[in-house]
Amino acid sequence: MSAIVNVRDVHKKFGENEVLRGVSFEIERGQVVAIIGQSGSGKSTALRCMDHLETINSGSISVCGHELGTGTVNLRELRKDVGIVFQSYNLFPHLTVRQNIMLALKHVRKLTREECNRKAQYVLEKVGLAEKADSYPEQLSGGQQQRVAIARSLAMEPKVMLFDEVTSALDPQLTGEVLRVIEDLAKGGMTMVLVTHEMSFARRIADKVIYMYQGMVWETGGPEILTNPQTRELQQFIGTGL
Amino acid sequence: MQYDFNFAGLLPYWHTFLEGALLTLELTLASTVFGLAIGIFCSIGSRSRYRWVNRACAVYVETIRNTPFLVQIFIFYFGLSSIGLQMPAAVAAVIAMVINVGAYSSEIIRAGMDAIPKGQIEAAECLGLSRPRIYLHVIMLPAFEKVYPAITSQFILMMLMSSITSQISTEELTAVANNVQSETFLSLESYIVVAALYLLLAVVLRLLFWLTEQLLFRRKRVIAQAQRRSAAMGNAAARKRNAVSRKLPAVTIRG
Amino acid sequence: MDSFSSVQLMYLLKGVGWTLVLSLISFALGSVAGFAVMLARVSVHKPVRVITSAYIQVIQGIPLLVLLFIVYFGVGIFGINVAPLVASAIALMVHVSAFLGEIWRGSVQAIEKTQWEASECLGLSRWQSLILVIIPQALRMSLPPSVGYLVQVIKLTSLASVVGFVELTRAGQIINNSLFQPFLVFVLVGAFYFVLCYPLSLWSRAMERKLNVGNR
Repeated sequence: MSAIVNVRDVHKKFGENEVLRGVSFEIERGQVVAIIGQSGSGKSTALRCMDHLETINSGSISVCGHELGTGTVNLRELRKDVGIVFQSYNLFPHLTVRQNIMLALKHVRKLTREECNRKAQYVLEKVGLAEKADSYPEQLSGGQQQRVAIARSLAMEPKVMLFDEVTSALDPQLTGEVLRVIEDLAKGGMTMVLVTHEMSFARRIADKVIYMYQGMVWETGGPEILTNPQTRELQQFIGTGL
Repeated sequence: MQYDFNFAGLLPYWHTFLEGALLTLELTLASTVFGLAIGIFCSIGSRSRYRWVNRACAVYVETIRNTPFLVQIFIFYFGLSSIGLQMPAAVAAVIAMVINVGAYSSEIIRAGMDAIPKGQIEAAECLGLSRPRIYLHVIMLPAFEKVYPAITSQFILMMLMSSITSQISTEELTAVANNVQSETFLSLESYIVVAALYLLLAVVLRLLFWLTEQLLFRRKRVIAQAQRRSAAMGNAAARKRNAVSRKLPAVTIRG
Repeated sequence: MDSFSSVQLMYLLKGVGWTLVLSLISFALGSVAGFAVMLARVSVHKPVRVITSAYIQVIQGIPLLVLLFIVYFGVGIFGINVAPLVASAIALMVHVSAFLGEIWRGSVQAIEKTQWEASECLGLSRWQSLILVIIPQALRMSLPPSVGYLVQVIKLTSLASVVGFVELTRAGQIINNSLFQPFLVFVLVGAFYFVLCYPLSLWSRAMERKLNVGNR
């Protein structure tokens, strides 16, 4: 299996509510995949399952060689290989930007203080926020905080990065700076999965687009399915511009 | 070191323990009723426009909250009797408890009233309701419903505090333990039994408060809850039907 | 019958000193025990959580005076003649551990689930997340109610008078037994408690206001 992510016939229920009804797809190394769909289609849940934030009821998920089935998972090793950026950034408010990035480097990757500092400096420069290293999250704008969140994940050198609607909570003028950073990462060859509402952005950077509908993979293909949707539901979805 | 617990030695005193427990319960219920009244008056007073009224309430509340209950009952019982005002210990106990729990209740109710959104008051005013009516229906009753758990917890705490009145010879449960253990020398057993009885009394009180709550507030809430439940069941049934025919669901599924 | 003079005042001030000593000892010991209680309450093992919950329910459900007697007589049966200060400190420590433990548990549980997710997704273990991310934030949040509870502890030390420890209230009783001026003596005693407690109450409330303003 050359695929770095392999999702096979995954089912997931929340109580009585079946949110994922047999989801299957593959992601190759270096691919940028956009998952789109209405609220409630299961796209965020599918993403969260890939970092074991949600457990699945049946089927299997294989990420970077880790098997995320219904058995036990070595979460620590999984999370070294998978990074995730959340819609609400979730920066640690009691730490500075630099400390936010260095925390996991020190305690999970067990780097020395100089190594942590160097890495933090590197990723902050990559997202364009080197001068904010000693600020606290509350002093930054939403877009800046989200870029710090990306830097924090990136510093751990994951093999796959997941983005859960990372621009949905931002004001329109702030989304641009975040999308630019994501595009840079994509160009650099990072394997990425984005759950997003930004259609034009997905069209531009995605190698593969997955459209989810009512908990199933409804239509999938290259970015051309966004300009030329085959199924009626995707046509409606694109048409409404959601 | 071995110690042989002798709970059987306390059996002949079961009647005394029961009487003590009953007095504790009576003290608590009496101070609940009057303490609540004072709490309501004082909470309204502390929000008053007249400075001397809300100052007076603030002084009352802060004094009670920053001094120990034991000292309060000493001032009350011994202090008042020294200037000629004699009264039975149980009466002094109730009055002291009322004054104490009134201060704490006032703070709780006031916090509840302060939390009522201004928008609701404005809406009521725009409907032309008079000020007293707004105070009652928009501020006080909803506030009381919201702080009911906090207030009933306070009353249960007051029941535990009633043990302190044993120090002015009120024959409530702790005083009974003192008396029994001085007669039988079964100190540890007496106090353990009494501790268990306090736990039991708390259960009884919680039950009483729960029943009162059912009577006072729940009627409307139960109806609303039942309506919500039947609506949800109807939706779930509709969803199962639609999933087969691949139509859009009636309710959006959490994604 | 003597009259109230500086001798009595000095005696009361000595009582104030002992009140402070007992308060601080009890609060310190109770904090350590309360921290353990809090950790047990958020443990991943259900039996630990259940036992701790039962402990809290029992301690919070009996009067401190009864707990004090149980400790005092309980320790006494082992033959050790326990000093009133020690018995009071132990009883208060147990009492405080249950209440502070719950206050701190509330603060820890108030930290949003998303902070847990963020730190665990960076690979931090549950323990590391708790110590490095959750507790520092919970500490800030728990400061106002903890200081408020310190006020309660100072008031509770008055019960140590019942087992004979000469703190402020007992000092007042002793003076009153020779002077027979209960109103004067106990109002003065109350005033001393007020001077100790009121500034702390104000501080606790000021901290709470600042915390609410500082939050997003």
